[in-house]
Amino acid sequence: METIKRGVRKFGMPRIIIIAFIIVILIGALLEGQDMAALISDSLVRVGQNMLLAVAMLPCILVGAGLNMGLAIGIVCGLLAGLLSVQFELVSWAGFLAACAMALLFGSIAGVLYGRLMNMVKGSEMLIGNYLGSAVVYLMCMFWFAAPFTNSTIIWPMGGTGVRTTVPVSDYYEKILNNFLAFQIGKVTVPTGLFLFVGAVCAVVYLFTRSRTGTVLRVAGNNQAFAGMIGVNVNRARIIGIALSTMLAAMGIVVYAQSYGFYQTYEGPLTMAFTPMAAILLGGATMRSVKIRHAVIGSFLIQILLTTALPVCNQLFPESNLSEVFRIIISNGIILYALSQAGGEGR
Amino acid sequence: MENNTAIPVLSIQNVGKAYGENWVLSDVSMNIMPGEIHAICGENGAGKSTLMNILFGMPVIMQTGGYTGKIFIEGKECSITSPEQAIAKGIGMVHQEFMLIPGFTAGENIKLNREPLRDNPVSRVLGQRMKTVDFAQISRDSQATLDRLGVTLEEGRMVDSLPVGYMQFVEIAREIDKKNIKLLILDEPTAVLTESESEIVLRIVKRLSKMGIAVLLITHRIGDIMEVADMVTILRDGKNVRTVAVADTTAGEIAQMMVGRDLDLSAIEKRTETLSEEVVLSVRNFKVDMPGEAVKGVDLQVRKGEILGIGGLAGQGKIGIANGLMGLFPATGEAVVFGKALKLNSPKSSINAGLAFVSEDRRRMGFAPDLSIAENIAAPAMLNYNQFFNNLLFFKQIDEKTVRENAKKYIDEFQIKCTGPDQAVGTLSGGNQQKVCVASALMLTPKILLVSEPTRGIDVGAKNMVLKTIARINREQGVTVIFTSSELAELRQICDRIAIISDGTVSDILPADASSEAIGLAMSGNRR
Repeated sequence: METIKRGVRKFGMPRIIIIAFIIVILIGALLEGQDMAALISDSLVRVGQNMLLAVAMLPCILVGAGLNMGLAIGIVCGLLAGLLSVQFELVSWAGFLAACAMALLFGSIAGVLYGRLMNMVKGSEMLIGNYLGSAVVYLMCMFWFAAPFTNSTIIWPMGGTGVRTTVPVSDYYEKILNNFLAFQIGKVTVPTGLFLFVGAVCAVVYLFTRSRTGTVLRVAGNNQAFAGMIGVNVNRARIIGIALSTMLAAMGIVVYAQSYGFYQTYEGPLTMAFTPMAAILLGGATMRSVKIRHAVIGSFLIQILLTTALPVCNQLFPESNLSEVFRIIISNGIILYALSQAGGEGR
Repeated sequence: MENNTAIPVLSIQNVGKAYGENWVLSDVSMNIMPGEIHAICGENGAGKSTLMNILFGMPVIMQTGGYTGKIFIEGKECSITSPEQAIAKGIGMVHQEFMLIPGFTAGENIKLNREPLRDNPVSRVLGQRMKTVDFAQISRDSQATLDRLGVTLEEGRMVDSLPVGYMQFVEIAREIDKKNIKLLILDEPTAVLTESESEIVLRIVKRLSKMGIAVLLITHRIGDIMEVADMVTILRDGKNVRTVAVADTTAGEIAQMMVGRDLDLSAIEKRTETLSEEVVLSVRNFKVDMPGEAVKGVDLQVRKGEILGIGGLAGQGKIGIANGLMGLFPATGEAVVFGKALKLNSPKSSINAGLAFVSEDRRRMGFAPDLSIAENIAAPAMLNYNQFFNNLLFFKQIDEKTVRENAKKYIDEFQIKCTGPDQAVGTLSGGNQQKVCVASALMLTPKILLVSEPTRGIDVGAKNMVLKTIARINREQGVTVIFTSSELAELRQICDRIAIISDGTVSDILPADASSEAIGLAMSGNRR
């Protein structure tokens, strides 16, 4: 009994509740006669597709700057990189890898600037990051509107200048990761390439947190005064963390787009930050302690929940269009809960 | 003491206060007569603020189980359970942090919540709450009160445009503007003031006493006590050491009573060999801009292998020296370490020069609270010397096994009470946190160890452990130690020489076996 109790405490109540909820939904789906194989396949794709955005939260929390509310900054960098890869007609692996490389480049530049700004507003990073993210998204709206792209996939069908609200990558690298080495178990499709790529990035981030620089970031994030005393350049560490977060977000949106099939421009990035935040918090991260497994576990839980709950709900309330409403309520509810409780996994 | 009547305005008998098991105040008694200026002095943690909180009925006292003992006001026993009650009984208090509304004038602040009101047509119909504030009356009354204090200050000035000292005057004026005021408690009234402002405050205190108002002056500035107080009560470790008429004592004696604590450290072995005369660290005209502990030009030579004590009363600048050497607060002047000039204001260069620091501000500077004991101990060595890493591909990876082994060694050696090397340091008790701080400083293998207030707020067992460790490292590894402490007994036990800091400069350097009188004299600012 004691061991069960300790186990429950270690795993954390929020995760147990969500898992119980997922089980209830899956039973509901079975009873409704939903296509279970399709549900599971969709869930797997959604988990991989969104995971890097959740991982992007990690370096920012690690250096003590809280959740990266300005995740949209990284996302627009990734969008720009993606559109450039399309503009230059780079297809297949070349297109995807070029998009990733450019995303990392733009992300590092924007991230360093973002980090410098965050150093001026220590203590209110999340508040300022939120506003800055919105500001950057709208600034980029003007850019998308006037940008000199010429590829007909990018610009409006009637021609002229200006980027479309959704730029399809179907002729370039749609599902290039998802389909790589993909196989079927029964009717369930496993997107092997997607998981390999995302897994590799997670592994690199994991190794990074255990490296010397990762230690610097962790110490600086946990107690700036102490870090300063033992010779750490705290501001530099914070810039590294925030820049990494921005780079991961930029690459994350490229991975997202190849699976989703579109780059969503204009106001698309605005609400993108909330689900990853909810994911890493649900996974057990707190503002004082964060590990890669929090991002991984959290992504699995929240994406499976969101993917399976929607068809079930739509079946129950056929006249309503609950999908977006449901997603926003769940994401923000989890963020609210996690930030007010501040209880991660048990120590 | 003109209005010497037989009944004391305030009499407290055997008052005590415990937070949980920890008695921060016990068995304190004193009487204060009308018009008497009674000073209460003691080092940080002596129980001054607790006593004051009890007298003013602060909620923190009631919420934690109240106090023991009895309080009499003008001969009547009463229990004060809220600040409102304290005010109703004629007790006024001026807090250390100013409680003024910045956008209001001095006069409006003085009359705050006691504004004179005037009838108007609406209030006649709708009642009391609709009455108009009589600003003309506020001006007249508050100006009269300010004049009564003898300060030149126009009541119409905005509070936020006033110098700090004048804010203090407004606070005092607000208290004595209350008609029934009998006793005014001043909490460190001169701590943040310039010399000339302090003089005015002290003059005001004397004036209040002439008006028959008793003043309870809480301070650790002995100069202030000698200048204005009639009586002085010295608190130490929550106990009333002595209550004595100021005329019957001296500054040196008061200082000695404030810090003279007994501590059994007989286990520390005395130094047998004689020390070399070689100087390893010297500072000249060293100034540190540390708020509340400013160093104003220190010249000091530290000899190889010695334990140099730095003592002095709180606020005199002893704490600032180590912080300045470590580059944590802006420092100027000249510092030479092992013959090389030390680059100031850079913690990294100080570490590279062979210094390590155990900070007096343990909670803020001492450790990373959410990281494990193992990681905290290893962090300084990891980040400065690249120790505890394995090479893996293109990443240096933490060698967790060695980090934990290393921590286990210190946990055994220092008897750190914990569940294991993975426990977060923030969840340890103060004494055990301090042991982790010492261990992490030692991981830098310093040639000169700066230790500030290592025993503050920790239990006796941990105290002995920490002090013995410092002595052992000094004896066995030849590490030179600069040991800053407010506790005289500690300095005497462990140090070879004690430099006494007063008003930001060295007032004297004494051997550890100097008489308490000599040390007390140096602390009170007498220079040789």
